[in-house]
Amino acid sequence: MDQMEYIFKILPFMLSGLKLTAKIYVATLIFAVPIGLLAAVLKVSGPQIIKKVLFLYTWIWRGTPLLLQLFFVAFGLPVIGIRLSSFNAAVLTYALNYGAYLTEIFRGGIESIDKGQYEAAKVLGMTYSQTMRRVIIPQTIRRVLPPTCSEAVNLVKDTALLALLGMADLLRISNQIFTRDANITSYILAFIFYLIISSFLVKVFGNLEKRYSIYE
Amino acid sequence: MEYTLKILPLLFQGLLVSIKVYLIVVVLIVPVAVLAAIGKVSGPRILKKILFLYTWVFRGTPLLLQLFFIYYAFPYLGIVWSPLTCVVVAFVLNVGAYETEIIRAGIESIDKGQYEAAKALGMTYVQTMRRIIIPQTIRRVLPATCNEAILTFKDTALIAAVAIGDLLRTAKELVTYDFKITPFFVACAFYLIISSILVQVFSRLEKKYSIYE
Repeated sequence: MDQMEYIFKILPFMLSGLKLTAKIYVATLIFAVPIGLLAAVLKVSGPQIIKKVLFLYTWIWRGTPLLLQLFFVAFGLPVIGIRLSSFNAAVLTYALNYGAYLTEIFRGGIESIDKGQYEAAKVLGMTYSQTMRRVIIPQTIRRVLPPTCSEAVNLVKDTALLALLGMADLLRISNQIFTRDANITSYILAFIFYLIISSFLVKVFGNLEKRYSIYE
Repeated sequence: MEYTLKILPLLFQGLLVSIKVYLIVVVLIVPVAVLAAIGKVSGPRILKKILFLYTWVFRGTPLLLQLFFIYYAFPYLGIVWSPLTCVVVAFVLNVGAYETEIIRAGIESIDKGQYEAAKALGMTYVQTMRRIIIPQTIRRVLPATCNEAILTFKDTALIAAVAIGDLLRTAKELVTYDFKITPFFVACAFYLIISSILVQVFSRLEKKYSIYE
């Protein structure tokens, strides 16, 4: 019974941590998806110089650890006079990191569409942006849905890195409660929270994939 | 430039620590994942259930939480390990869980006819696995495994969170002490070089072994 009481006592703290985790998660997705889409389209059909810049962007952001990027923005940029609030720094870094991965996923999707589709659209008299919007992108979305969903599930787990920036996310709160009370219950609760969220997302995305993969 | 040359040896030492942990982890993961995958495909029911729980928990929660649990909570439960041991155990269990699922999917993707043909030739279960199923599985799981191996190198940055002087932790300490941003750039270059080399090596490997499919 003591155990139960203890859980109820720490639950509000844990939930406040969960709230920050959820906020960062949603904010990241809101920024990362448009970044990925725009960069992918430009990488396929933009001018040469933009292609080169975007190559550098995806190469650097996918080739270095997310934690290094977070440290760079949160601790490195203030050294050269750029100060962001920790929330903004986190969202900026997560969005650029996941944006880079999504760019490559979307680019792969666009390039996997058969050339005949472009030719057919041209024959029908469509402009480039019409072809993209009406023919290519809708087919691309269906193809990139599985890897995109898997990135979205990964993001939940990557939000735990916030704890190392000193932000009071689910992991840091449970770590603090553990240190204060010398009781591992908070860690167990964190495990359960993360498991519920990621299992829930896997289910939701699984249904989404089933629904949209009908036409392939 | 002078400053860069001054910090280079320190950062290089950090890089060696990262690479050391990476190699230990990669070597240990292969047997863990192969055994767990075979257990998941053809073990007794109780073992299957335990392995289901294992992959579900370790793939469903953050690696950093697992690392913290082993590093901070295990001593409280009476298990005291060195930081290096904690890191290796956490990484092997975590990446091992992902790799288990990759190999399991690979084994299950092999056509049933292969088992039947092996049976018709009078092979035992172990022979079938060793001579027929595993060699075909390796080729199929290679791309996903290489991908996982590259991700794991970037994940080694998480060991900066415990008291081990890896590349990232060394860079961060230098930034804090010297109030210069250069160490982060050097660390960034190191990570980029290593991950680009890994990408090259693995894509060669994939090309070489995908001939037979």
